[in-house]
Amino acid sequence: MIPAALAATLVAALVLAPLGAVIVRAGGLSALAPSDLEALRFTLWQATLSAAISCALAVPVARALHRRRFPGRGLFIALMGAPFLLPTIVAVMGLLAILGRRGVVNSGLTALGLPELSLYGPQGVVVAHVFLNLPLATRMLLHGWQAIPSERVRLALSLGLPPAQIHRQLERPMLRAILPGAFLAIFLVCLTSFAVALTLGGGPRASTLEVAIYQAFRFEADLGRAAALSALQIVLALVALGIASRLTLPSAFGAGLDRAWPANLAPGRLHRVIDTTALLAAAAFLLAPLLAIALRGIGEIPTLPASIWHAALTSILLAIGATALTLALALPLALAAPRALWSEAVAMLPLTASALVLGTGLFLIVRPLVAPNTLALPVTLIVNATLSLPFAVRLLLPEIRTLQADYDRLAASLNLTGFARLRLLTLPRLARPLGFSAGIAAAFSMGDLGVITLFSDGQIKTLPLALYSLMGSYRMDQAAGAACLLMALTFGLYALFDRIGAHADPR
Amino acid sequence: MLTLDKLLIEQDDFRLCADLTLKQGSCTAILGPSGAGKSTLLTTLAGFLNPTSGRLLWDGEDIMAMAPGLRPLSILFQDQNLFPHLSVAQNLGLGISPRPRLSATDHARIAKALDRVGLSGMGARKPGSLSGGQQGRVALARCLLRAKPLLLLDEPFAALGPALKADMLALVAEIADEQGTTVIMVSHDPNDAKALCSETVLLADGVAQPPRPTDDLLADPPPALAAYLGR
Repeated sequence: MIPAALAATLVAALVLAPLGAVIVRAGGLSALAPSDLEALRFTLWQATLSAAISCALAVPVARALHRRRFPGRGLFIALMGAPFLLPTIVAVMGLLAILGRRGVVNSGLTALGLPELSLYGPQGVVVAHVFLNLPLATRMLLHGWQAIPSERVRLALSLGLPPAQIHRQLERPMLRAILPGAFLAIFLVCLTSFAVALTLGGGPRASTLEVAIYQAFRFEADLGRAAALSALQIVLALVALGIASRLTLPSAFGAGLDRAWPANLAPGRLHRVIDTTALLAAAAFLLAPLLAIALRGIGEIPTLPASIWHAALTSILLAIGATALTLALALPLALAAPRALWSEAVAMLPLTASALVLGTGLFLIVRPLVAPNTLALPVTLIVNATLSLPFAVRLLLPEIRTLQADYDRLAASLNLTGFARLRLLTLPRLARPLGFSAGIAAAFSMGDLGVITLFSDGQIKTLPLALYSLMGSYRMDQAAGAACLLMALTFGLYALFDRIGAHADPR
Repeated sequence: MLTLDKLLIEQDDFRLCADLTLKQGSCTAILGPSGAGKSTLLTTLAGFLNPTSGRLLWDGEDIMAMAPGLRPLSILFQDQNLFPHLSVAQNLGLGISPRPRLSATDHARIAKALDRVGLSGMGARKPGSLSGGQQGRVALARCLLRAKPLLLLDEPFAALGPALKADMLALVAEIADEQGTTVIMVSHDPNDAKALCSETVLLADGVAQPPRPTDDLLADPPPALAAYLGR
């Protein structure tokens, strides 16, 4: 294991050097065109709307999940975790299959003589973001409901409070505590949205800052403007993080998903109808696109050309490399964090940068030295690993605090230090969160369509990039096959790492 | 011989002076009202807490600068004495060395130590599948393997019932006797002191008083101890 100080230096260099390069190259914000301010406006607008709609829809879904018991409920909750790992480009493909021009919904509308819906444009960006983030909001709220102490509920029931009173006394305070954090978490994710806005948005009316960076970079070869846009994105991230630091973001992970409230809390046929509708609608909205991809794509997988398989192999190797780097940096930083504040601060540094900002910065740094396209894969690997780092450290920290509180003295009294401590104490006790973090890092890297778009010369392709090219050339059958393959590989890698962690856990 | 040379321990408002000597092979109880600093004193001896001033000498050598695991002592805490994810044999292996693979000789020593504490053949079990008393025996077997000249006990058997606790104390006495170990035991129960320790150090009013024979002390307790005993 590398020392924490070295890991911290590496991470600081990986984040601060590109940010510095961007800011120096931008030399202020004067290179911005009026359309760039439009991109800023759209970025804020879509993030606000996406977060608000996700939170609003999550309330009835989480409440129904909390107060109803039905067969498949556990599976439903588990599937709610899927969109978090799903490659965005696959999500877009799935939504197009249902809501696109030739999708199921529009066929129905046409048959009824109604006007067609279009997924392209601002509304499509918001719909895709809601698809990707509704599950996150639902899980956060479900946690909130489950965190209401059952003693409090028992007390309310013993006092004979009617459901409306229970809602006012118990549920509304919980929602007030959880919703701002959930809103902000989704808002932050949507601020740096790239793949969704690239595929469904576009044009000045529906470009996020990330897409504007990409366009300035790729189509106009205007590095000054790309840098200025990146600087704007950094300012935005810093402001948002400043606000977030004043709120405790609720957790969407963790155990305890099965404590039920007394059944008589949700009486009445009306509530039953509301809950059933919420659950069915959520299931249809979240599962139909995935099913559509799976059904349409699975038969295409054997016919995919060699180039797609090659891209798939590249992506797998990239994901494994990025995962290894994430863990190599996250473990020493997380182990040092309980005693050294700087360690956790450094691990959170990547939150100030987005994929495209880091990519632009690294491009500016390496261009005088080598042809950037020769570094497409290493740079993508490094950026993916860096962006996964805050998640990994946040997942590891609570377990590390427990480990140190419980066993530091015993280990010290037995002179259990260095490699022996790592092997006999640290790794076995952290196997589960390490496996989980590795799974998330691998899934992120596998599905990432970000930096690679800046650096690739068209020869070197990851699977998401190959999928994007297929969509661009309207080879939709092959695209469905590639999307299905990408989805299977992403979930497969996640499950593999998570399983290794669970298997290595000696408890 | 363990010498606490003008040891001064300070933590916020708390203050404890200790200037005393414990003979090699002796068994000393540390008694005193709660909050007097019994565990704090033991924690300092074990090396988890640095005193404000003073020296700690074992056979004339200053051991204050040594890391906890390198001091010539073993300590048993109130709880968390075993790693629950390691087998009993692996836990005992840590008393020999943290090497990745234990040798055949090591395994033979582990089996012998288990025999000695009455847990023959339980090496493959996980601590969670043992009773509290058995877990205490495993921890004691590890002290046996470490074979350090000093054994510190921070009420490790407090959670056991009276009969089990008496058994454990008897086992400690036997093992300490065989190995010539110097034992220091923190307890809030004067009966434990009587059962195991011929000497007792009384903590009162911020001072650790030099050891006195336990029977004399309990027969004619000074006011602070009398108040604690409720006499």
